Amino acid sequence: MSTWGLLAEFKSEEEIMAAAKEVNAAGFRKWDCHVPHPVHGLDKAMGVKATILPWLVLAGGLTGATLGYTMQYWMNAVDYPFLISGKPLHSGPSMIPVTFEVTILFSAFTAFFGNFALNGLPRFFNPLFRSDRFRRATNDRFFVAIETADPQYSAKTRDFLQSLGASHVEEVPA
Amino acid sequence: MNTSVDNTVEAQGTRAPLILGGHDNSGITDVVCAVVERPKPPKAWYVCMALSLGMLSLLGILLPYLIFTGVGTWGVNNPVGWGYAIVNFVFWVGIGHAGTLISAILFLFRQKWRTGINRAAEAMTIFAVICAGLFPGIHVGRAWLAYWMFPLPNQMEMWPNFRSPLLWDVFAVSTYFSVSLLFWYMGMVPDLATIRDRATGKLKQTLYGLFSLGWTGSMRHWHRYEKAYLLLAALATPLVLSVHSVVSFDFAVSILPGWHTTIFPPYFVAGAIFSGFAMVVTLLVPARTLFGLESLVTMRHLENMNKIILVTGCMVGYAYGIEFFIAWYSGNELERFTFVNRAMGPYGWAYWIMVTCNVITPQLFWFKKVRCSLLGMFILSIFVNIGMWFERFVIIVTSLANDFVPTSWGYYLPTFSDVGIFIGSFGLFFTLFLLFCRYLPFVAMSEVKGVLHGQQHGHGAHNGASQPPEAAATAEAVN
Repeated sequence: MSTWGLLAEFKSEEEIMAAAKEVNAAGFRKWDCHVPHPVHGLDKAMGVKATILPWLVLAGGLTGATLGYTMQYWMNAVDYPFLISGKPLHSGPSMIPVTFEVTILFSAFTAFFGNFALNGLPRFFNPLFRSDRFRRATNDRFFVAIETADPQYSAKTRDFLQSLGASHVEEVPA
Repeated sequence: MNTSVDNTVEAQGTRAPLILGGHDNSGITDVVCAVVERPKPPKAWYVCMALSLGMLSLLGILLPYLIFTGVGTWGVNNPVGWGYAIVNFVFWVGIGHAGTLISAILFLFRQKWRTGINRAAEAMTIFAVICAGLFPGIHVGRAWLAYWMFPLPNQMEMWPNFRSPLLWDVFAVSTYFSVSLLFWYMGMVPDLATIRDRATGKLKQTLYGLFSLGWTGSMRHWHRYEKAYLLLAALATPLVLSVHSVVSFDFAVSILPGWHTTIFPPYFVAGAIFSGFAMVVTLLVPARTLFGLESLVTMRHLENMNKIILVTGCMVGYAYGIEFFIAWYSGNELERFTFVNRAMGPYGWAYWIMVTCNVITPQLFWFKKVRCSLLGMFILSIFVNIGMWFERFVIIVTSLANDFVPTSWGYYLPTFSDVGIFIGSFGLFFTLFLLFCRYLPFVAMSEVKGVLHGQQHGHGAHNGASQPPEAAATAEAVN
């Protein structure tokens, strides 16, 4: 049976923070930390680059604003001219509330779906789920996982993880 | 478990702990998951569920009756075309606002106490907006044509009129519902994964596995997730303020005396938050006891909410006062008449119920003893719920019943169908909330764990597991 990677368990935020810095410094790329709650500064320690999500949300918002306003203009002034109490067909100010709501709607959808898409979720099978110990990653334990696919991965990686103060290191089958 | 520590008192220069009972991370998981994992819910849950389903069945009977017979089964008449349906709509939308305030606005203000209550409050928002959405749909009369409210191509080849605030409302409320649902669900994904990882049965593993989307707590994921959560909070904040402003435009943009005022948007938003917090207190006081969550939803959380009820209650009282002043100061006879008529006219009884419940009784929250009394806050929160329902009744019905020309005045009396559907909406609300309590994580575990770390480490380098309960509970911790 082939090996997907190594899973090292740590007991506290401080330990995983120190370990993450070491793993990143050792040049590993296909690795990750799994923690029950966001540990502040851990993403920096791991060398995670800032996400492009905010830019996607901005694009989503601008699309929503344009679409919302144009929809109202087209529906009430072009496709079915709606003349009510002598008001101009293109009544800009009265279109603001709906434009605003559509902007928010599009931005929020982009934030939500963008987040999960960039994270590659939903992903119902993950080799990590084979590990019984890993179940505590959503409870109270902190894990470092290094994939065998990483070019830096070698027979020494296990000792390396052990040397970082891991309370347990195990192989995860693929 | 030590939950008897009084965390509503703070010595100068210190922060009282938000999490009692000396929990470490796994302690928090155990307490919250116990609600979902216990073989059977407490007996009281069954009793509440039976009552709620009883009320819900009223909806099951009266909705078909209404749809097959027509809105003539309601008490709405010629001057008063907006009766219970619109009152209930505004009431329920308003209740939803507290959930978004707790989850989004308090998040932006870094109020860490929100973590204990945000999940339940957001759930309340979703369910309240579902109840709210019911009413415009049936109020249109021909409910099967309710889709005409949306700009969908139809057989008349017509589009809705975007100059109407009623249409803005359709967009505001449906956006509000969608965004609240996404925000609530996104916050819940890591906690659903926690339940999935502890689940023993095949069915539970499959269902919680499905809804947790394969979450592994990857820090690379958390990084984007936190950004997305912040963005959603920043989007939900102006959204929630816009929603009740737009609801108030339904009235303010018309020319009816008593409705046509510029104070309406802020006044409605304050009232919405006021009523919503009252509903959160009404729900949480029994729920935290029933499910043993006193160490996470502490007296401090409840006291903070009572303070917000007091503040917003004063704002609402101020708005009532200023409305009267402006009616007099405007020199407009019809405005003056409308306001005197509200207090002294045929609906004076409703006006004084409103003032008593919204302005007078919440003043008791100035006393710490009342703010920290479970029974006291429960009773006062129900008063606020009653008062805020009557506020909407007073605004809507008095202005319509006695407008410009006395010959076209009338008096509105609800029918059995009106009252029954209103009670039924409570049944729907409580049923959904009870299901939520039992099957979903009641407290945002991952967020509370983040706060716990700060609480322990503001006090010195402690390891949660090695810390004795007493020390954690009395820790002079960073809030």
